Amino acid sequence: MTKPVLEVKGLHKSFGALQATKNVSLDLKPNEIHALIGPNGAGKSTLIGQIAGWITPDSGSVYLDGEEVTNETVASRSRKGLGRSFQISSLAMEVSARRNVMLSVQASEGSSFRFWKQTKSDQDLRETAGNWLKKVGLGGREDIAVSELSHGERRQVEVACALALKPKALLLDEPMAGLGPTGSIQLTEFLEEIRLEIPILLIEHDMDAVFRLADRITVLVGGAAILSGSVEAIRASALVREAYLGEEA
Amino acid sequence: MQQTDTAPKPVTMPKLNREAMVNFTVMAILLALPLWASSIGEDYYVNLASLITIFAIAGVGLNFAIGQGGMVSFGHAAFFGIGGYTTGIAAFHSFEETLFMAMPFAVSGTNQMLIIWIVAMVLCGIAALAIGAISLRTEGVYFIMITLAFAQMIYYFAISWPTYGGEDGLSIYLRNELPVVDAENALTFFLICFILLLSAIFVSARLSGSRFGAALGTARMNETRLATSGIDPFPIKLTGFVISAMITGLAGALFAELNGFVGPSMLSWHRSGEIMVFVILGGVGRLYGPVIGAALFVLLETYIGEWTQHWQLLLGLALLGVVLFARGGVMGMIAGRARHD
Repeated sequence: MTKPVLEVKGLHKSFGALQATKNVSLDLKPNEIHALIGPNGAGKSTLIGQIAGWITPDSGSVYLDGEEVTNETVASRSRKGLGRSFQISSLAMEVSARRNVMLSVQASEGSSFRFWKQTKSDQDLRETAGNWLKKVGLGGREDIAVSELSHGERRQVEVACALALKPKALLLDEPMAGLGPTGSIQLTEFLEEIRLEIPILLIEHDMDAVFRLADRITVLVGGAAILSGSVEAIRASALVREAYLGEEA
Repeated sequence: MQQTDTAPKPVTMPKLNREAMVNFTVMAILLALPLWASSIGEDYYVNLASLITIFAIAGVGLNFAIGQGGMVSFGHAAFFGIGGYTTGIAAFHSFEETLFMAMPFAVSGTNQMLIIWIVAMVLCGIAALAIGAISLRTEGVYFIMITLAFAQMIYYFAISWPTYGGEDGLSIYLRNELPVVDAENALTFFLICFILLLSAIFVSARLSGSRFGAALGTARMNETRLATSGIDPFPIKLTGFVISAMITGLAGALFAELNGFVGPSMLSWHRSGEIMVFVILGGVGRLYGPVIGAALFVLLETYIGEWTQHWQLLLGLALLGVVLFARGGVMGMIAGRARHD
């Protein structure tokens, strides 16, 4: 059996009386897209927060490439290979796309405690960042401020930032949100390509995309993973229909 | 002037050199006036230029924290004062020929500025490390308040330390010395301050353009981004805070030399506010902004203050105008919005 790249074991998290995460376990194997779905308020964000490191779980653990990272900071998990994009893009808006990716490149090269050499004239750094942007399809848009880019482009910049850290796993939080139909198709194709190198934990509302892309689906309801299985199994499950897809399915 | 036309396309336009020209003009005036004043024997104006220059250095320090790192410190008077007291205490022991401390090793005073500057900056660095390590765990208004609280603690400590004058402060009877040049001469002292201002701006610019600067700038713009890119924000911000404090501390040391006096007022929260005014008036994040801010402040204080003691009313109005209508400060008004690549 292949070893999982990302593994979550028995996570619990409560906020006061609210149990936001109830004993959730899931894993992500090489080359797969594992989708995480669930209705609003199912605790997806809390779960992602615990995987990425923003939220400390009450109990349970998170492993990245076999190493426990439950007590590591967000930055440390990023360096160890957890790349991610956000539901609402989180970038330095005032500077160019290239500048944003350059930051990831410099982090992957090691220290940010270099005080004298000017990044503006650091051709290696600039080109490496430019290449990542080309890879995600933003060639020619490198030097435009992120604030001037469209939502879809910003998401591409985020993915480029994540890829520049040479991640072992990608955590994509609703990457299709805010994209037009063409944008979603392009992104779907892109994800199909990426998965061959880096497995993806995909949180997505767009069910078409999920059913098309995912190898496995985990359904989160009320903080608990009620079901996990292949696309067919999930489609067929009455439990899921009731809890998530609604009566029309 | 058509600066409004530049507003919609601020970022990629290579509208270079407007700011550079403003910077050059400001520095040229700042250099030319005291040269002229000195030639006609008006040392008063030379000292006024020195004061502007010293305040500008303090502002450059704070601007690095606010403009680059997004750390709105309301306690930079602590570092200004520590720099000042370092000068005062070193001169005091040198003058009295006593030891600063005898145990565990003997430390005497000194009247050498170079040594005093280094000691002042190191002490400010250590203080900033301690203050920053605690304060940077908070954000926003809490950060402002906690830096203020630390500065006030040091203020009250200085007041209650009778050895060094307590509430009355400490006089520096003879200006400290530099090798080769005569620092007692007003123009020479101005030139020293001017060179240090240029150095502070240069260092600040270099650091801002480095990898460290890129990380620090991202800490200001979007800390989530910084962490997600694999860089822990805390050590980056702490380092930025320390560097900022060291620059402001150097200004404090020079301020004490200029006045031949250091007192608790250097540490008071009014002073923190003033340094912040230099930065905001000139333009937050603009390299030469604090020079303009400090110049306006000192000129308002000197000339409007001459015929009314309510000159701060005017300062308040100026500040109000800047905050409401020109977020980029005076520099933003003259040179347009800041450029990024």
